[in-house]
This record gives sequence, structure tokens and C-alpha cells, in this order.
Amino acid sequence: MNRFKQLFNEQQHAFIPFFTLGDPTPAKSLALIKAAVDAGCHALELGMPFSDPIADGPVIQASAKRALDAGVDFTVCLDLIAQIRQYTQIPIGMLMYYNLLFHRGVEVAYRELAAAGVDAILAVDVPLEESAQHQQLLQQHDLGAIYLLTPNTPESRAQQLLTYSTAFAYVVSDYGTTGVRDVIPQTTLQRLQTYRKLADTPLVVGFGINKPEQVQALFNAGANGAIIGSAIIKMIAADQHDITQAQTKIQELIGSCVEVVVTE
Amino acid sequence: MQPKYYGDFGGSFVPESLVQPLTEIEQAFADIKACADFQAEYENLLTQYAGRATPLTFAKNLSRILGRKIFLKREDLLHGGAHKTNNTIGQGLLAKRMGKKRIIAETGAGQHGVATAMIGALLGLPVEIYMGRVDVERQASNVKRMQLFGAKVHGVDSGSATLKDAINEAMRDWIANVEDTFYVFGSTVGPHPFPALVRYFQEIIGKEAREQILQQANVLPDAVFACVNGGSNAIGIFSRFIDDEKVQLFGAEAAGQGLSTDYHAATLEKGEQGVFHGMRSLFLQSASGQIEETHSICAGLDYPGVGPEHAYLQASKRATYLGVTDQEAVNAYRLLAEREGILAALESCHAVALALREAEKFPAQANLVVNLSGRGDKDLQNYFSHVENC
Repeated sequence: MNRFKQLFNEQQHAFIPFFTLGDPTPAKSLALIKAAVDAGCHALELGMPFSDPIADGPVIQASAKRALDAGVDFTVCLDLIAQIRQYTQIPIGMLMYYNLLFHRGVEVAYRELAAAGVDAILAVDVPLEESAQHQQLLQQHDLGAIYLLTPNTPESRAQQLLTYSTAFAYVVSDYGTTGVRDVIPQTTLQRLQTYRKLADTPLVVGFGINKPEQVQALFNAGANGAIIGSAIIKMIAADQHDITQAQTKIQELIGSCVEVVVTE
Repeated sequence: MQPKYYGDFGGSFVPESLVQPLTEIEQAFADIKACADFQAEYENLLTQYAGRATPLTFAKNLSRILGRKIFLKREDLLHGGAHKTNNTIGQGLLAKRMGKKRIIAETGAGQHGVATAMIGALLGLPVEIYMGRVDVERQASNVKRMQLFGAKVHGVDSGSATLKDAINEAMRDWIANVEDTFYVFGSTVGPHPFPALVRYFQEIIGKEAREQILQQANVLPDAVFACVNGGSNAIGIFSRFIDDEKVQLFGAEAAGQGLSTDYHAATLEKGEQGVFHGMRSLFLQSASGQIEETHSICAGLDYPGVGPEHAYLQASKRATYLGVTDQEAVNAYRLLAEREGILAALESCHAVALALREAEKFPAQANLVVNLSGRGDKDLQNYFSHVENC
């Protein structure tokens, strides 16, 4: 069974940190991700660095640049994923800009990612209308699909996206690119209730989340998962030369978010 | 409805938040084509504000030197100084009609930024322009023009700090503000329906050029030349000749310091298929699919991709795309100034240079039309510093 399916069958809530693969270097990145696993996160969302990440804010752009400057490419990412998979059995979702898959050759790319231990792929810039081949290749390699649901997604379309999201639906909390925000909009909480009525698909919220109180509020409103990205990446950026320091801070943040899940 | 794909190229590869806005633009685009009021207002602005029709000038002296008849389509004489105005008037009216409260745009050389800022001032819409920091510096006078028209200019520092990065930043702004913001794409690039929409507003160039050459030469031209990066001026002038198979179509792309070096922006000759900025097309990219940086003497030819229709015209062999170096463009800039008394944009001089190079392959007295997409005042400093360094 797909590991995401299994995860959400077994538990109602999951906390998922986001990392850019290879940031700031492949070795340090691996150490940081292992530390996150040790802190008890329930799944991982991993980004493959791309030169021009148009859906990401400055924090994740800078993160991708650090990784690219450290020589990270598709092959290095596969190697990192395989090492993470050896270390843990928690689900791994990939966040990809489509050109990286396309340029690798789609037939090869999906197979390689699946073989390395990936469980689901979100292709950020492949909307449903362009995703026939993406869908087919995901199925062929037993990979789960993740689609974005944004504040301007109409309800009829949300219904479709929820149906196609076989791993989980990624509910974007607010307009705009990735980045830390102080408040989760009230409308996001309402959207969760709407989506819940439409389908049983696990709902994972991302974009702008940075503290356990927000994670708790999202779970209370019906979310099944929460992703923290930029807040973690900021810690890496601040302590990229003292990775143990970054590790400690990230473990603290993840620990406090995992606690929300455990203690409820 | 407009085609979403041109052969294998085109499509709409965007994050979910842009799907709905693009659908709305597609609908509004279909509406305006059938709307007499819109068309009348558009035409009125083109003639009374922008100064259309632009002339087709017989370049007497160049023609004598080459032994072929050279005709110049004078988009350099359009208000704003380049063909970009055709498109910004159209999209500005469309934005207004859709009830948008704010327009944004990217710009490379600054011509599209200027044309957008101008229309914002005219239509009373606030404008914000994204421009790579490198371009802000090398096109300082255009920045001043935009600011005088009331636009806010954001210098973009990420990546190569040129056109590609300006588009990234404009797309991020759009993603964050889709509800009230219209993104005026400057070229025939990006997700559907932008390549079709920009083409639609630039077809006027081809429509006029066709009528004018038939009037002046009594026959269709043997060939049409235009510079290509995103490709809007080229699609504009090609549009009314594509169906006439005897008319050869030539696109001049920026070969920078030479196609054998790493310093060029020759996407059609050196690029590979990819999916970026909303479209499947050709892009200059690394072995691992990262988008690469470009080089050209022209900020307006500095994009590592190309509009999907050009990729298709090349694949289907309907049009030929050839690289023109910085040096060839500079030579054409001088020649046109000395022989015809015209200062054309260095971008447009790529097309002139290609026509000069290809002319001998045509019979004596062949009719060659070259699109002078913009005027060259903005390049004076660039020209003199290039000449001094050589």
C-alpha cells in the first residue's frame, strides 16, 4: 500500500516538514532531514531545487540556489532520497517543477523517483488540465498524486482535484507564494470544512505556517496534516555554517508540532 | 476559441492559483473579438493615440547597395517607440473591461514597461513594473520614462537579474494578487491564452505591411525578416504572410558573442524542449534541466525561451531562425543610421543584419520586408561603449 494511504489510515493527523534536497549541501541536508525524522515527523515533503521556482517566495528560492550552487541535480537528489529511505519508512512526497521531470525524460524520471523511495509527487506547475500523462505515469509506478487547492479554486473544481489527489490534497492556506505568515486566514478554516464535505481525501495545509498553535488550529478545523516549509528553511539559512545549531532549532520546532498530534 | 497548442508547443503549465484567472482571461478574450465597442475603442486608440498606421519605408540607399528592394516596417515610429504599444493598449483595455484595479508587467529593455506605464497613465490604472537590476542599470532612461508615467519600478535581484527573473517576480506578484491584478505579458510567451492574445494585438503589423507592400511593390514580398526572442513583433508581421507559402519567413535571434560560445540567447538554434513560464517550448537549459542565463547586447533579446508558435513554425519548417551576433547588429545599427538616417533599436538591427546577410540569396530586385520593431535612441550609449571596447 502507498505509504501516504497507510499513514492517513492509521492516524487522523500528521505533521510534515518541508526541505529542499541538498540545502545547503547534500551531506548537511541529509543530516538535517534525519534529525527531522528523529524528532518524530510523520512524513516528509521534499523539494527538488529548480533555478526559477515561480510558486515560491524568497526563502525557498534562496534555499534552491544554495543547493544548486552546491552541485545538486536530479541524480544527487535520487541518491539523497535513497539514503533517507534507508533511514526511515515514513512517506516521502516530492514537490517538483515540471521541467525537471520533463528534461530527465518522464518515462525515466518517475521510475527513478519511485525506485529511490518516493511515495507521491506534486508537480507544482502541472494543473489538472495538463496532467493526463503525469497521472498515467504516477499510476504506472504506484506513486500517489498530490494537487494544490487554492483560495480561488471553485468548488466544482475542488471536487475533481480532491478525487485525483490519491496521496493527499495540498490546501494552500492563502494567496501568494510560499513564505511565513503571521495569521492563517479565517477563510482557510472554512475551506477545510467545505472540502471535507466534498470528499474523504486527506487535507494537508501548507504555505505560511510556522508554529504549533497554527497547526493545532488547522487540525481543529478539520485538516489532516500541516506542512511547515519556509520557517524551517529560514533556520537552515541562518545556521548553514553551524548545522548542529540548525538541527537543534529544527528539532525543537518539529517536536512542538508533533506534540500537537500526539497529545490531542 | 484560440488554439491552446501549436503542434507540440504551448499549453498552460501554471500553479493552481493561476488556472481560474487564465480561464477568465480566455473568456474575456473571446468576448472582445466579437465586441464592436471594444474593437472601435481599440482602433481609435491605435490611430488617434498611438499613431497607426506606421509607414512601410522603401530603403532607397540600402536597396541600391544590395541590389534587392528593402522595405522597412516602421514600428519605431509608433508612440512609445516600439511595437509594444499595440499590445499594451489592447491588454490595458481588456484589464479595464475585466474590472481589474491594477496592472503589472515585466520588462527587459524597458520598452514593454514604458508601453505599459503609458497605458496605465492613459486609462487611470496603477502600474507596477518588474525589471532585472542589470536591465535597470543598462536602460536607465526607460526607467525614468516609466517613473514619469507614474509606474512603480521594482528592480529584481534574483537569478541573472534580467528578463527571465523579472517574469518570475511578476508571476509571483500575480499569484499573490490575482483577484484585482492583470498581468500584461509583453510577448507571445507564457501560459495560454497569452501567446494567442499578444499575437492578436500584434497582427496589425502584418495586416498593414501586407496592404502596404501590395500597394508599393504590387506583389507579395519574397521574404519577411524580424528579430525574435519572445517573438511578438515577429509573429505580428508574420501573421498575415504565414499562409502565403512563397513568402519566406526569417527570424533573427541573438547569437551574442557567437553560437559556439556560451554567451548568446539563441533559443531556437541551441535550446531544448522544456516546460517553463507556463508553456511547453524551447529553452536554454543545463544538462539537468535548470534554466540558463543568456547573453545579448540587447536587454530586449535576453530571454532564455521563445514563444510556442515560433517553436512550431521552426519545427514545421515554415520559418527559418538564424543567429545574429552583437557585432553584426551593431554594424547594422550604424549602417542604417549612415545610409537611411534611421536609428533603429539594436533588437531590430538583428533583423536588419539578417536581411543584409541573406539578401544575396534572393534574385536581383527581390522584395524584402524588414520589421523595424523599435527605435534606437535608447541604445546610443550601448552602441558607443561597444564601439569603444572593440
